[in-house]
Amino acid sequence: MTTPPFLQIEEITKTFPGVVANDKVSFDVAAGEIHALLGENGAGKTTLVSTLYGLHRPDSGRIRLRGKEITLRSSRDAIALGIGMVHQHFMLVQPLTVAENIVLGMRSPREPLLSLGPASQEIERLSRTYGLEVDPAAQVWQLSVGMQQRVEIVKALYRGADLLILDEPTAVLTPQEIHELFNVLRRLKAEGHAVIFISHKLDEVMAISDRVTVLRDGRVVNTVATAGTDKAALARMMVGREVLFQFDKPPAQLGDAVLNVRDLCVMGNRRQMAVRDVSFDLRRGEILGVAGVDGNGQSELVEAIAGLRPAASGQISINGRALAAFQPSDLLDLNVAHIPQDRQRVGLVMDFSVSENLVARLFSLLPFARSGFLQWKAIRENADGRIKEFDIRAPNSEVKARSLSGGNQQKVILARELSRAPDLILASQPTRGLDVGATEFVEGRLLEQRARGAAIIYVSTELEEILSLSDRVMVLHRGEIMGMVRPGEVTEEEMGLMMAGEKRMTAQEKMEARQS
Amino acid sequence: MKSGLSKRLEGLRSIGLGQALSWTLPIWAVLIAFLVGSVIIAGAGANPIQAYAALFRGAVGNGGLVATTLVKSIPLMLAGLSVVLAYRASVFNIGGEGQIYMGALFAVWGGTLLHLPAGVHLPIVLALGMVGGFLWSAIPGYLKAARGFNEVIVTIFMNYIAVAIVSYLVHGPMRESGWNYQSRAVDESARLPIILPGTSLHLGLVVALAAAVLAHILLFHTTLGYRLRMVGFNAEAARYAGVKVTLITVLAMALSGALAGLAGAVEIAGVQFRLLEGFSPGWGFDAIAVALVGQLHPAGVLLAALFFGALRTGANSMQTAVGLPMVVVQVIQGLTVLFMMIGAAVQHYGLWRPARREK
Repeated sequence: MTTPPFLQIEEITKTFPGVVANDKVSFDVAAGEIHALLGENGAGKTTLVSTLYGLHRPDSGRIRLRGKEITLRSSRDAIALGIGMVHQHFMLVQPLTVAENIVLGMRSPREPLLSLGPASQEIERLSRTYGLEVDPAAQVWQLSVGMQQRVEIVKALYRGADLLILDEPTAVLTPQEIHELFNVLRRLKAEGHAVIFISHKLDEVMAISDRVTVLRDGRVVNTVATAGTDKAALARMMVGREVLFQFDKPPAQLGDAVLNVRDLCVMGNRRQMAVRDVSFDLRRGEILGVAGVDGNGQSELVEAIAGLRPAASGQISINGRALAAFQPSDLLDLNVAHIPQDRQRVGLVMDFSVSENLVARLFSLLPFARSGFLQWKAIRENADGRIKEFDIRAPNSEVKARSLSGGNQQKVILARELSRAPDLILASQPTRGLDVGATEFVEGRLLEQRARGAAIIYVSTELEEILSLSDRVMVLHRGEIMGMVRPGEVTEEEMGLMMAGEKRMTAQEKMEARQS
Repeated sequence: MKSGLSKRLEGLRSIGLGQALSWTLPIWAVLIAFLVGSVIIAGAGANPIQAYAALFRGAVGNGGLVATTLVKSIPLMLAGLSVVLAYRASVFNIGGEGQIYMGALFAVWGGTLLHLPAGVHLPIVLALGMVGGFLWSAIPGYLKAARGFNEVIVTIFMNYIAVAIVSYLVHGPMRESGWNYQSRAVDESARLPIILPGTSLHLGLVVALAAAVLAHILLFHTTLGYRLRMVGFNAEAARYAGVKVTLITVLAMALSGALAGLAGAVEIAGVQFRLLEGFSPGWGFDAIAVALVGQLHPAGVLLAALFFGALRTGANSMQTAVGLPMVVVQVIQGLTVLFMMIGAAVQHYGLWRPARREK
C-alpha cells in the first residue's frame, strides 16, 4: 500500500464577488519537498494559501493532510495541525523582542506569568538546527528585513509547523539574503518538512524547488518536476504565450549630454552619507544602469537628481542648467521623468482615479487647467488616450488606482511620466514586484524612449536585467562608485565583487569612465 | 509623534475617505438612532411616538418653526463645511469652536468700530469674520506643517484660549457700560437682512448655500482643490508630483478656519448682533458630527446641518409637550454619529472580521 502524500489539495474553488480566485485547484505536496507555486500577480496564489492557512473557507473542494480530510475554520486550526505561514508582510510587533514575538498568542506554561527563559532556549535550538542565527533577545525593530523573515520562520517552527508556506518570501530580500534563505529552506527539507514556496520569479523557482505548480487565472496549468523543465517552458505556462528574455537592442545612438553629476554627496535617512563623491555624465540615447545590493545609495542618488532629497555637496546639472537646490516641481521645467521605487506610496495617489493620477504632475498646465480651474473633459480625454496607448487594464478611467493590479499601476505611472517626451528618465526599480508580462512591457517602453533619444538612469537590483538593458553600468557600494562597466565586457563574477565592495576602479579609471 | 487620539481619528478618516460609502448610510444611521432613542425615551417614562411627533411638529410644524430650524442650521452648515475642507487635506480641525469665537470677535469689531454705508458694511464685517478665523487657524496649520505639532491637540487647546479671550473682552475692554457682560451691538448696516418677513430667517442662509457651492467648486474643480485632496490622500505622492505640501497644509487649515470664522460672523450679523460670553452652544464640535454624517461632501453637509438644526428646534416643543429634557435630542445626535461610524466600519471591514482577498 502506498502512503498518501503529505498534503493533498483537491478541487478547491474560491470565489469573491465578481472573481473566481481559485477554480478547481488540485495539487499535492510530499514531506521533504519544496513545492513552488508559480503564477503572475492575481493568478490566485495568495488566495489559495490563505485557504490552506484557514484565513478563508473554500466554496468547495477538500484538503487532506497525511491522508485525513481537514476543515480549517481559522488560522488557529491550521497552526494546531502543523501548518505555518510566513506572510509577505511580516506579522511582528516591532518594539518587542524576538522571543516575545514568538510566544505571542501562545499559552505560557506558567500562565498568567510569562516564561521566556525556556522559550529562548528552544528558539536558540531551532535557530541552530536550521542555521537561522536568530537572537531571541534582540528587539525586532533593530533587525534587518531578512532577519525579521527568519524570525517569522522560527515562529512557525516553534509552533510545530511541518508544512511551511512562504508567500513571496524573496520580494523584500537582497541577493545575499535570498541565498541564505535558500540554505535554510534546504535544511528544512532535509529535516522532512514540506515547504510551499510562492513566487513569480522563474530563476528562484528553478533554483530551489523540487516541483512546480503553475497557476494562471485561478486554474492549475500544470504541475511539473523542476528538473524536467526550464525557464522558457515555465514562463509559457505562466503567461500563456512566448516570452522574450533577451531584447534585440540596437546600438546606442548617443547625443548631447543631458545630465552631469559632479562630486555628489547625499545624506541618507539615518544621517549617514548615502552617496559619496559620485561623478558621471549621461547622454541622450543612453541607458545607464545603476547596480548594487539594495540600500547602497541607489535610491538616494535618484532622489537627489529628482529634487526629493537635497545634495549635501557637489553639483547636478540637467541640460546645462545647474540648480543649487532642486525642487520636485522643477522636474516639469527640466523635462525629467521620475518612475519612483515605491509606486503605491510615492508614484500614485491610490484613492485618486486613474484619470486624476494620469495628470498628477501636469494638472496645473494647459489643457488640464485654465486659470486655476480643472478641465475635467481634457483630463478624461487624456486618460482615455493613455489607457489605450499603454494598454492599462482598467474598466474605465474613473476607477481608483487602488483597484488596479501592480502591473497596471506601474503602467499608469509610465503613461504619465513618459507622456511629455522627457529628456531624462529616472527609473528606480521599475520592474520590482511585476510579473513577467508587465516587466517585459516596462523594459520595452524604456527601450523605445532610448531610441527616441531620452537619457535613462535605470536602477535595479536584478543583475541580469541591468546587463541586458543598459549601455553602461555603474556599480555602487556604500554610496561609492566601484566600477563603471559595459555589459559584455564584464563577467557577472566581477560585477559581484564590485557589488560586495571587494573590487574597485582606480581614480584614473574613474576619470576616464565618466563620459560615455 | 502621534497621540492615540489622533491615530484613532486617522483610522476614522481612512474609513470615511478611503472608499466611497453608500449614500444611504446616513439615512440608516438616523433611523436606527431614532429607534434606539425610542427605547431611551420609553425608559424615561414617556411615549416615544408622542415624543417624536412633538419633535417633528416643533421642528417643521409651521412656517415660523421651519424658519427657526433653518436659522439654527446656518452656523452648523458653515462650520460643517469648515471641517470638510480641512479633513479633505487630511488636517483634523477640532478648533472650529475657537475659530467661531474669533470670527465673531472680528465681526463685532468691524460692526461696532467701523461706520460704513449699508451694502458695504455687511460684506466687510463678514470678511473680517473670515479673517479672524483664518488667522487663528493658520497658527495650528503652521505648527503642524512646519514644526510637526499635532493639530488635534493644538486646535483643542486653542479653543480654550479663544473662548477665554472673548470672555475677558466682554468682561472688560469691550463691555457695554451699564449692561450685563456683553459688547455693544453692531450697526444696523452690519446686520444680515431678514429674507422671510415675519420670521427670523436671515440672509445668512444664502451665504451658507453659496459657501457650500464655492467649497464644492474649490475642492473638485480647481487646481488648489486637487492639491488639497492630493495632500489629503498621500502627502508623499503630492511632494513627488511637485506640490508644496507645507504650504497646502497651512492653507487648508487656514481656509477651514475662515469658514468657521464666517459661521461666527454670520451668527453675530444675523441673530445675536453683540458678543456674549459663551455665545456658541458648541457648534464647532457639532460641526464634526455634521461633516461626518454629511460624508465630507458639501451637499451632504447642508442636509446633515438641516437635520441637526431641526433636532435642536424640535427639542423645545418636545420638552413642553412630553416633558423630556433637551439632552434626549443630544443623545439621538450622538447615536446618529455612532451608527454612522459603525455602518462605515461594517462597510469597510465586513460584519465579523477583515475580509482578505488577493491584491
